[in-house]
Amino acid sequence: MLAYIIRRVGQSALVLLIVGLVAFSMFRFVGDPIDNMLGQERTAEDIDRLRAQLGLDQPFVVQYYKFLEGAVQGNFGVSYRQGRPVAEILLERAPATLELAMVSGVLAILFGIALGVFTAIRRDGVLANVIMSGSLIGVSLPTFLIGILLIYLFSVELGWLPSFGRGETVDLGGWSTGFLTESGLKALILPSITLGLYQMTLIMRLVRSEMLEVLRQDYIRFARARGLRDRAVNFRHALKNTMVPVITVIGLQLGAIIAFAIITETVFQWPGVGLLFINAIQFVDIPVMAAYLMLISVMFVGINLLVDILYFFIDPRLRADRSGGH
Amino acid sequence: MSDFPIPVKPKSRFRLALESDLFYTFKRSPVAMVSAAVVLVLVLAAVFAPLIAPTNPFNPASLNLMNGFTPPMAPNAFTGDSFLLGTDDQGRDVFSTILYGMRISLFVGVAAVFFAMVFGITLGLISGYVGGWTETIIMRTADVQLTFPSILVAMLIFGVAKGVTPVEYRDQMAIWVLILAIGLSDWVQFARVVRGATLVEKNKEYVQAARLIGRKPGAIMLRHILPNVLSPVLVIATISLALAIIAEATLSFLGVGAPPTQPSLGTLIRIGQGFLFSGEWWILLFPAATLLVLALSVNLLGDWLRDALNPRLR
Repeated sequence: MLAYIIRRVGQSALVLLIVGLVAFSMFRFVGDPIDNMLGQERTAEDIDRLRAQLGLDQPFVVQYYKFLEGAVQGNFGVSYRQGRPVAEILLERAPATLELAMVSGVLAILFGIALGVFTAIRRDGVLANVIMSGSLIGVSLPTFLIGILLIYLFSVELGWLPSFGRGETVDLGGWSTGFLTESGLKALILPSITLGLYQMTLIMRLVRSEMLEVLRQDYIRFARARGLRDRAVNFRHALKNTMVPVITVIGLQLGAIIAFAIITETVFQWPGVGLLFINAIQFVDIPVMAAYLMLISVMFVGINLLVDILYFFIDPRLRADRSGGH
Repeated sequence: MSDFPIPVKPKSRFRLALESDLFYTFKRSPVAMVSAAVVLVLVLAAVFAPLIAPTNPFNPASLNLMNGFTPPMAPNAFTGDSFLLGTDDQGRDVFSTILYGMRISLFVGVAAVFFAMVFGITLGLISGYVGGWTETIIMRTADVQLTFPSILVAMLIFGVAKGVTPVEYRDQMAIWVLILAIGLSDWVQFARVVRGATLVEKNKEYVQAARLIGRKPGAIMLRHILPNVLSPVLVIATISLALAIIAEATLSFLGVGAPPTQPSLGTLIRIGQGFLFSGEWWILLFPAATLLVLALSVNLLGDWLRDALNPRLR
């Protein structure tokens, strides 16, 4: 078992090293950093000096090592476009994205599980069928169209909610939060629904199919025969046993939420990391792109690793399977 | 006493296609027929856009700025011209821009899926047939790529490719870069399926026979194994097409796809979003509806194809 965990950690580290190589190659080969940093008026000595200063005259492997060393310490260089350290910009933008992702994640999990249980218990009910058909549309509508639709409905026609930005934020020791003001909370509603809708339908469909599977089992029939209340059977016996695959999917979807935040943030002009990344692509701001790539891969690889290890603890069958020479 | 074999006329390919199981299930599925008809109409409209469109929206000579913001089916206040779906801010006929936009959306979608298919099939065949280190490297790469959402991969590839192309060619190359980015973000599925099928096929007798008579590995992969692993590939290709069309629209909407000089449906939606608050709803609504109908019918067609080719999955 320990061997399995060590192996998985090793694999994850390898993946990160490779992603780091990709990010580093972007730095090194996409556009000449010297060109980007020095203006038109430059001399050969200027170029040589800067080249030595940046360590660009050293061998590839040494440069790669230095890049990794910097990345681990959170040093990703200076944004070509804003002229400020990338780490500083990222830190400034992170709270907006994390708050948005957190709210949509919570919404997706709560409503996803509740609706999934509901549609499974009342599988032939009219409302359950309406919800299921609605979820199909939710899956096939592109995220940005959902966002535009919500803006049209609630901002343009009804005028209830703001269509862009975070509203007023309160600064809590470097962490700007939108949770504490009314306009901040209002501004959160539409983006978080847009972002969470896809994950919600995903969780709902998964919970529904798992519940249907479990409700057919003998121990459920036995619990009913014992005269237990519906609520106890549905929630204490059935739902509990559907949670293993659901937790895995939720874990993996957490990363996806942060990635898809790029689209939502653009639609709502939400000042988060995703919008920063899109602007970086538009203006070919390589340091920002590389830093975002590194950051998001650490997150994805970390989540994957955690889910794998968790799975290992939750499901004893896997333990028996894998500890023997896999 | 006449024991002559009665000469049987070989059936034509068309006849065979009409009598196939696939066509039979097609005739019995109204959803498949309707979505196929819709896809066909849209594809034809896109292909023949220059003939159908009342104006060429990218020919400045045919535009009249006075015609800007004409509502659908109503005469313009200044010029009296009337447009089926209205005009945008520059007086371009929305119906024409949609036809031309759909052309670009479909072209990018089809080309990206084709690219992903060729790339994925090649790597899948090689890793399945050759095995060993080659397989490990290819499939590990696939695993790593799968942990990232494909839209994110496409964005990164687009960004890097944009950085590599010289500034003056960026707008011209954008469409090709887009195809490359979406294609590269989508090859994994093809490679995985083809590899799995190849692993099964390569131990069958016909492959052993081909090897025995001395055919080269390349020929065995292309002429013997490939035809037998194609049917799942077809299903994935159809579903990928819907995803690729949406991915293209998303990237163009985000401003990292088709340039304003060659707008796709996504670019048109991006432009239309700017007029959401000023009341010119038609600039946004019609491209968005077209995209939705296109993606949905390709998707439904893919679902049907999956059920028809693989009854076990139903």
